[in-house]
Amino acid sequence: MDAFTTLRGLVLPLDRANVDTDAIIPKQYLKSIKRTGFGPTLFDEWRYLDHGEPGMDHGKRPLNPDFVLNQERYQGAQILLARANFGCGSSREHAPWALLDYGIRCLIAPSFADIFYNNCFKNGMLPVVLDEGAVDDLFAQVEAQPGYQLKVDLPAQRIVRADGAVIGFDIEAGRKHSLVNGLDDIALTLEQTELIREYESKRKTEAPWLFGGEAG
Amino acid sequence: MAKQTLYDKLWQQHVVHCAGDGTALIYIDRHLVHEVTSPQAFEGLHLAGRRPWRAASVLAVPDHNVPTTTDSAGIDDPVSRLQVTTLEQNCNHFGITEFGMGDPRQGIVHVIGPEQGVTLPGMTIVCGDSHTSTHGAFGALAFGIGTSEVEHVLATQCLRQRKSKNMRVLLQGELRPLVGAKDVALALIGEIGTAGGTGYALEFAGPAVEAMSMEARMTLCNMAIEGGARAGMIAVDQTTIDYLRGRPFAPASERWELAVANWRELRSDPDAVFDREVALDVSSIAPQVTWGTSPEMVTDIDGAVPDPARQADAGKRESMELALKYMGLEAGTPIKDIALDLVFIGSCTNSRIEDLRAAAEVVKGRKVATSIKQALVVPGSGLVKRQAEAEGLHQVFIDAGFEWRNPGCSMCLAMNADRLQPGERCASTSNRNFEGRQGQGGRTHLVSPAVAAAAAIAGRFDDARVA
Repeated sequence: MDAFTTLRGLVLPLDRANVDTDAIIPKQYLKSIKRTGFGPTLFDEWRYLDHGEPGMDHGKRPLNPDFVLNQERYQGAQILLARANFGCGSSREHAPWALLDYGIRCLIAPSFADIFYNNCFKNGMLPVVLDEGAVDDLFAQVEAQPGYQLKVDLPAQRIVRADGAVIGFDIEAGRKHSLVNGLDDIALTLEQTELIREYESKRKTEAPWLFGGEAG
Repeated sequence: MAKQTLYDKLWQQHVVHCAGDGTALIYIDRHLVHEVTSPQAFEGLHLAGRRPWRAASVLAVPDHNVPTTTDSAGIDDPVSRLQVTTLEQNCNHFGITEFGMGDPRQGIVHVIGPEQGVTLPGMTIVCGDSHTSTHGAFGALAFGIGTSEVEHVLATQCLRQRKSKNMRVLLQGELRPLVGAKDVALALIGEIGTAGGTGYALEFAGPAVEAMSMEARMTLCNMAIEGGARAGMIAVDQTTIDYLRGRPFAPASERWELAVANWRELRSDPDAVFDREVALDVSSIAPQVTWGTSPEMVTDIDGAVPDPARQADAGKRESMELALKYMGLEAGTPIKDIALDLVFIGSCTNSRIEDLRAAAEVVKGRKVATSIKQALVVPGSGLVKRQAEAEGLHQVFIDAGFEWRNPGCSMCLAMNADRLQPGERCASTSNRNFEGRQGQGGRTHLVSPAVAAAAAIAGRFDDARVA
């Protein structure tokens, strides 16, 4: 996994609450058996005017000029500014994969759905929760100023606005450590193999029916 | 010792190691796998040269992509077919049990787990699917995970998690006739919102829950995620134990007795403290119909499409306006005046035998309205289908003009050939009415099986009692 330390990037404002993972990446693209290549179909149904299917040349499809992602001033954005409950619905990790493949490394919102929030960290992406007021202010600034950039500093847990104002944010120590160092979660857990074995043998004594022959 | 909630107990029993930052490594007893969210996880194992920690804890089944037409020799769509064959290859390679497409036990992963007794009380159960909350109906801690976590569980049998807060939904009173668990779930989400349960493990309790069958409890827990809660759960009681007795993968003889004695402890202590409590009198709940593009946009079947102008919150007003535009609805329209194009009875929310019985009861002796283009019944598993056929329910549906299909996720998310065309309006017993969920431009109204059945007969929303 790629490490995440600091990022200075263009901000894309998506002014809509409860954006679900079906909207982030529609189901027809979930048939892929790969982790990459989802960027061109990020927000597919809002982004294009036609119906998309896997295998199409998405570069030739008609764009919806009203959708914020298609506006010239937001091309190359790396930070997505969103509203409450972003990423609700399906657990599909294809949602963060699509955002990442498009170029988004950091998301800022008043709240995220639990599974989506968790999935971001597994892909070297940083979801930042800020209070509603701070998010409102950011929307106002981004929309008022073309080329608006934010600096995100994960080690210092702060965001620096274009006007120099600093906003702190919270993050779990373990998640931060993994992200800053780009650690492989599985390798980390496997360092605790002994503990897992110990737990397993205790569990076998206490609840033997869970280990009865072939389970599934 | 401090009084514990059911969730506290399940959590504590599975902690392998507590990290300093409030997270813990927890052990996973059961891992359910389907074809959509697993290929990249298996690929990760291959690339790292890892093997599953405990292959016997895993059960795999293809459900999202499978066709539901009876005469299909296979999957027409080559991309879907590849995903299903990839699951089969991975299961063969790693020694994982799979109920493949020809297996009579094949079905929606959240239907077959309980049906087979693969889902048991006291377990931690995960699946790369948000509706894993369904299994919490058995006094289990069950929640959906992403593909990276699927790989993590395959490789380590564990997950690093932060403990959620506790929330109890107390359901009092008796349900009115023809009002079911689906209506309760939708009414609750209407009350707390789709983010109301975010960060919480949700326990459903109270006399109305105790009176519910396991099928109804599964519907309730299934919808916990639509209220934002990753896990929903219900204490073990005699209903739970009676349901599991004799299931193929449930323990037998002395182990069964030992397990049952243990399972009876799986309930919140009487004085356990919850971080949040919500109480609902279910006797006041009418059949529910969603009118928008989020499950929280819901009202009584006797109600009307709400007016955004009367919403004080600007953000919510805007969401409502967007939803009504997408849904092609005018504020103030009575729900019962909404005409439908299709009806879908199925999904991990409502495709179990009891759901099909409830729908058949309404349909019996009646005909699907001529204005309905298609009315589908998709049983949740091959065994549910077989049971329904043994009871003659299939004939009730077929005689009325419904299509009687093979099991799968089908039109709930339209990954197979079953989908809405742009602008088509569907009464659906599934769980999500998001834009495009059932097909791009499709318009979904979430309802119970009884309301869906009545809608098929009337061609519009109609109270099941008078259909």
